[in-house]
Amino acid sequence: MIEIENLTKRYADTAVVDNVSLTIEPRTVAAIVGTSGSGKTTLLRMINRLVEPTSGIVKLDGVDNRALPGHELRRSIGYAIQGHGLFPHRTVAENIATVPALLGWDKARISARVDELLTLFQLDPADFGPRYPHELSGGQQQRVGVARALAAEPNVLLMDEPFGALDPIIRAKAQEDLLAIQKRFGTTIILVTHDMEEAIHLGDKIAVMDAGKLVQYAAPAEILARPATEFVETLIGTGERPFKLLSLEAVSEAVEPGRAQGEAIPATATQRDALAELLWSGRQALPVKGEDGADLGKVTVKGLVKRAARPA
Amino acid sequence: MRLWLPTLLRLVALVLLVAFIVEPQWFEPIFKPLTENNAPAIYNQGSLLSLTVQHLQIVALATLAAIVVAVALAILVTRPFGAEFLPLSRSLVNIGQTFPPVAVLALAVPAVGFGEKPTLIALFLYGLLPIFENSLTGLTTLPQPVVEAARGVGMTGWQRLMKVELPLALPVILAGVRLSVVISLATATIGSTVAAKTLGEVIIAGLFSNNLAFVLQGGLIVAVLAVLIHDALSALERFAARRTGRAV
Repeated sequence: MIEIENLTKRYADTAVVDNVSLTIEPRTVAAIVGTSGSGKTTLLRMINRLVEPTSGIVKLDGVDNRALPGHELRRSIGYAIQGHGLFPHRTVAENIATVPALLGWDKARISARVDELLTLFQLDPADFGPRYPHELSGGQQQRVGVARALAAEPNVLLMDEPFGALDPIIRAKAQEDLLAIQKRFGTTIILVTHDMEEAIHLGDKIAVMDAGKLVQYAAPAEILARPATEFVETLIGTGERPFKLLSLEAVSEAVEPGRAQGEAIPATATQRDALAELLWSGRQALPVKGEDGADLGKVTVKGLVKRAARPA
Repeated sequence: MRLWLPTLLRLVALVLLVAFIVEPQWFEPIFKPLTENNAPAIYNQGSLLSLTVQHLQIVALATLAAIVVAVALAILVTRPFGAEFLPLSRSLVNIGQTFPPVAVLALAVPAVGFGEKPTLIALFLYGLLPIFENSLTGLTTLPQPVVEAARGVGMTGWQRLMKVELPLALPVILAGVRLSVVISLATATIGSTVAAKTLGEVIIAGLFSNNLAFVLQGGLIVAVLAVLIHDALSALERFAARRTGRAV
């Protein structure tokens, strides 16, 4: 659990982060959203003390983050940034091994961990381990960056626009990978992004920052249904709202009994995908199939439209 | 064909240089036409080999001292606590460069006497600036995400310096060293005016006795040395740059 209490950071007279308090539950993903200059990155960097707060407290599992020297604290917290920040003079394996080596793990344990992570990120250890970062594609570099952040098995992973430099297709894949890894390790992730779509997709909770202040901290559905201020509404984009709401839930939640004709949609797809397919193919209903291919029922345009309406 | 030609030329230059230093008599017919009144065509007031070795020693010693001081200074003023001293150190090092080497020699002789010491002082002061400037550039233009990541993974200030900042700045620092060495190789000849044992002796002896052959010999040895050492250091630099992952 991460408790942020009355955190403030001032540079001269301007408060970049102004009296922010929020609690992040363990093993969840919190997305901090805001425009540039909203203080979201500063807030993130105060958690691992890359920036020292002017006032306020950050507690990690109940312990004040000032209990350890800054560099030791940072070894226990994963940190991944936009543009990956890989060390260009070290191989991929050496990059991933950075924090374990700083912590003094023995060689065998380090190399086992490096291989495990590379495999997890679908990079062949024998092939990619000895390469230098400039010999990788952007997507591969980003994966190595996240692997390095996770190397010492941290409970908390901080990510600053980690997918910002990726093209849309690789970005979608990287987001899915991140969610899978988060489930597998149970890591608490705090992710800074300027993209509300990404925040809604990844976050269990979303913190919206504006001009240094926390304007809303709630689950995505709540943010969509009841944006606290006009600024939050602008960030969501009113024209997109119903579709974003549908994107939060899987088709399985909207299944109705009955049969429909044509190609089936998997139950794990989002309701937005289902609606898009319905509109595009000009049908009124789609059959839904489970992972084993079994017929589960149907989704209808009418049913989805009802679900896309503003929650009461 | 194009690739091996420069290497071959350097190899030929090296062989000729070594042959000339060790057995200068072999080359007498080439230099004979440059002399008048039956003057000796080959320098005969000492061994060219020992002069060359001493020349290189002085340059190496002065450069080494300049590297230690300039890099240490650059590291110091790029740390948070040393940032205040950046303008001061810049002007100090610049002053070292504005003094003409002859003036440094003239001022140093009364203080430390004739011989190698004043030459070492002049070369040291002259070598500081390129190394200092390049070390500063190298240490202040590191890729920002990499520096940020080095802090983010929990390296201490010392670890960041040794494991990330210096290795990444190395190619640029080496370029400064190369510049400094080439300047020192040439400047060291002036040291012979205050009785330092360098190849300048050969040139000065030639000037005194109006012997063009001597002047040319001294000048050629220094020039070929400078070209070869410059090339060797460039190769080292490219190697270091490849290690830092920059395609060169």
